[in-house]
Amino acid sequence: MASSMLSLGSTSLLPREFIKDKLKLGASGSNTFLKAKSFSRVTMSVAAVKPSRFEGITMAPPDPILGVSEAFKADTNELKLNLGVGAYRTEELQPYVLNVVKKAENLMLERGDNKEYLPIEGLAAFNKATAELLFGAGHPVIKEQKVATIQGLSGTGSLRLAAALIERYFPGAKVLISAPTWGNHKNIFNDAKVPWSEYRYYDPKTIGLDFEGMIADIKEAPEGSFILLHGCAHNPTGIDPTPEQWVKIADVIQEKNHIPFFDVAYQGFASGSLDEDASSVRLFAERGMEFFVAQSYSKNLGLYAERIGAINVVCSSADAATRVKSQLKRIARPMYSNPPVHGARIVANVVGDAAMFNEWKAEMEMMAGRIKTVRQKLYDSLVSKDKSGKDWSFILKQIGMFSFTGLNKAQSDNMTNKWHVYMTKDGRISLAGLSMAKCEYLADAIIDSYHNVS
Amino acid sequence: MAMMAMKIRNSASRRTTTTMASRQISSGLRSMSSWWKNVEPAPKDPILGVTEAFLADPSPDKVNVGVGAYRDDNGKPVVLECVREAERRIAGASFMEYLPMGGSVEMVEETLKLAYGKNSEFIKDKRIAAVQSLSGTGACRLFADFQKRFRPDSQIYIPVPTWSNHHNIWRDAQVPQKTYHYYHPETKGLDFSGLMDDVKNAPEGSFFLLHACAHNPTGVDPTEEQWREISQLFKAKKHFAFFDMAYQGFASGDPRKDAKSIRIFLEDGHHIGISQSYAKNMGLYGQRVGCLSVLCEDEKQAVTVKSQLQQLARPMYSNPPLHGAQIVSIILGDPQLKNQWLQEVKIMADRIIGMRTTLRESLEKLGSPLSWEHVTKQIGMFCYSGLTPEQVDRLTSEYHIYMTRNGRISMAGVTTGNVEYLANAIHEVTKSS
Repeated sequence: MASSMLSLGSTSLLPREFIKDKLKLGASGSNTFLKAKSFSRVTMSVAAVKPSRFEGITMAPPDPILGVSEAFKADTNELKLNLGVGAYRTEELQPYVLNVVKKAENLMLERGDNKEYLPIEGLAAFNKATAELLFGAGHPVIKEQKVATIQGLSGTGSLRLAAALIERYFPGAKVLISAPTWGNHKNIFNDAKVPWSEYRYYDPKTIGLDFEGMIADIKEAPEGSFILLHGCAHNPTGIDPTPEQWVKIADVIQEKNHIPFFDVAYQGFASGSLDEDASSVRLFAERGMEFFVAQSYSKNLGLYAERIGAINVVCSSADAATRVKSQLKRIARPMYSNPPVHGARIVANVVGDAAMFNEWKAEMEMMAGRIKTVRQKLYDSLVSKDKSGKDWSFILKQIGMFSFTGLNKAQSDNMTNKWHVYMTKDGRISLAGLSMAKCEYLADAIIDSYHNVS
Repeated sequence: MAMMAMKIRNSASRRTTTTMASRQISSGLRSMSSWWKNVEPAPKDPILGVTEAFLADPSPDKVNVGVGAYRDDNGKPVVLECVREAERRIAGASFMEYLPMGGSVEMVEETLKLAYGKNSEFIKDKRIAAVQSLSGTGACRLFADFQKRFRPDSQIYIPVPTWSNHHNIWRDAQVPQKTYHYYHPETKGLDFSGLMDDVKNAPEGSFFLLHACAHNPTGVDPTEEQWREISQLFKAKKHFAFFDMAYQGFASGDPRKDAKSIRIFLEDGHHIGISQSYAKNMGLYGQRVGCLSVLCEDEKQAVTVKSQLQQLARPMYSNPPLHGAQIVSIILGDPQLKNQWLQEVKIMADRIIGMRTTLRESLEKLGSPLSWEHVTKQIGMFCYSGLTPEQVDRLTSEYHIYMTRNGRISMAGVTTGNVEYLANAIHEVTKSS
């Protein structure tokens, strides 16, 4: 994504001689030092406190995803619609805190839990629960202790730990990421100094999966590459491989001795079922492969701001898992020492109590259900309003929070500038931010942008 | 209908999977020589590893004076009353939307006031680039990464000794490290002339890591006069001062007093960086709440620098955790709660100061041949006892007393219940030195 390239470009430093000029003028064009109260202090300041060391630093570009919400907030038009960031909204377009989460928080308060440091690897009860959710409690990799699990700072932090491990132990190895993928993936691998390249994924002609291209690119990669896969509900496209396609993907990865690296940010959110959404990961586990899985509870438990997730490394032996876990800890310690406790406790409480766990599953089905319903309504509105005969069924085939509309940048800009619909420039809309009431308006906007803007 | 089709498809693939699986497993095992053969077990963290060992010890007499987490006089962790009250106000009641990349604006504002002063002109003039961080560790790491990206030729000067994780942080950020003299083993105090020499001899414009108060692990702080001299020399050498302030309020019991070193540097016109943590002074350890700030030339530069700090945070964790930040905002934003907090911090600091006195008196009463003056001269959570690694090992193996091998005693773990036992053990292993 452009953002990360730009930021790296802006690190060029100005030579020290240039800094001399800055002594003359402050930002406002006048000598800011004159504004200071004590002149003698000013003289001392000017003499001793030179021009800043940070002169050469330029403004970082706004984040392409998080920047959308900021722009939306600034818009005063009452028709505005925020389909930018993937945070779930109710039909009333309000944020939603799950009832089980409130219950868990109240329980934690009543119990008077302390706030001691967690161990570097995080809350043990959480780590156990998260691995079991992913693989299934009775799974051999869990029974045989072959999974190294570390609590991480949601999906981002978990991906970053894995990336740092790759950089340290697989120097030169490349990560292949889908074209397109979540914008922050590239930033993570860039900052971790892990080289990456793309494999074909999205086919703009079908607004579906370019499966042949995907397989060909994975086959072509040097043996032992890491393949970043979205476990379910691909972000940003919403296009997932079918079960048969997953089998073929696993085949070619094994053939080429690659290492799969799953990003699972939507378990339970895609189909509404935790188990079903984990089927791709479980397929790979069945094969006895070694691989990574990053998890996040931002969406499925609505714990966005509490930054709770995990990195799992499935190894071929318990001994390898122990060693790998110790090295993951070594990476985490100089990053943040130990992870935040609040979100971990909430997850452990919810998953650990049968009643709360069932309640969670019901709430998740409700959230996923609302999205499916809204998808259907959007599709129906498009079909009834668009007389061109364009096939809009890709909307129904996609899954999860997002839909790739197939709109290009200019068309996406039109969505925002003319219709006050905020979305990312790659044509992605977040259905989580769409209400039934707004479907027709959105359909009008999409139809206009698609047909009248090029 | 679609669900049925999907079910059928799924079960078909499951069948296929099983056949494929058995075929693949045999060939898989062949290529399954693990990817991880060359991964060695990492060494135990010298600080956090102590607690692990302590927890594993079944002895009823065991004492943990390892990690710097406060304990009350019963040896129990403490959640401050003001924190509980803040939590009551938000439990089950607040949204959990992502914070901005720079974190909670309210929390950062209140935090800057603590460090820079409530009426600081720098806050008024918006010259401070500041972001919420993952406690002190996260703030130091963000700064180290920032330093690497924008001053790639720079190094960091680190005191000897320092908190061991400082070395890990700047190393993983790939900023070369140098050291400067700090602790004087003979006096168990500050090696002031050694420090000043190193500051003088460092190339102009060097980056220095300073502990604002309650130096970890030694508990040895410069006096106010010494801080002024250090500041003057820094000015002459145009050095950059980065302050790690993890114990504001915890050292003397008075947050304003504990920020004195920083205020001196600000008065003298330095543009500094600060890492602040609420782990100890608000007891929010596991919540990971802190703040990184960088004083800039003007508002425009502060905005720019902040944008770059956010750029570093995004691929590390996207945005920081909410819960702890909310607690801080509520407490510091409510005058009554804030007062309660100040009182509770003073109680903690006073208890530690009391334990220092008791430990020293106990050792003297036992007739120790050594001087234990440093126990009461040093300040903050830690006492650099002067014990050798071998003596520490004896304390652990013979007396089940756990501390880091550099002889650092976490005074927060000393209670009226264990201080005599501790004094006795220390006396036993040192009386023949």
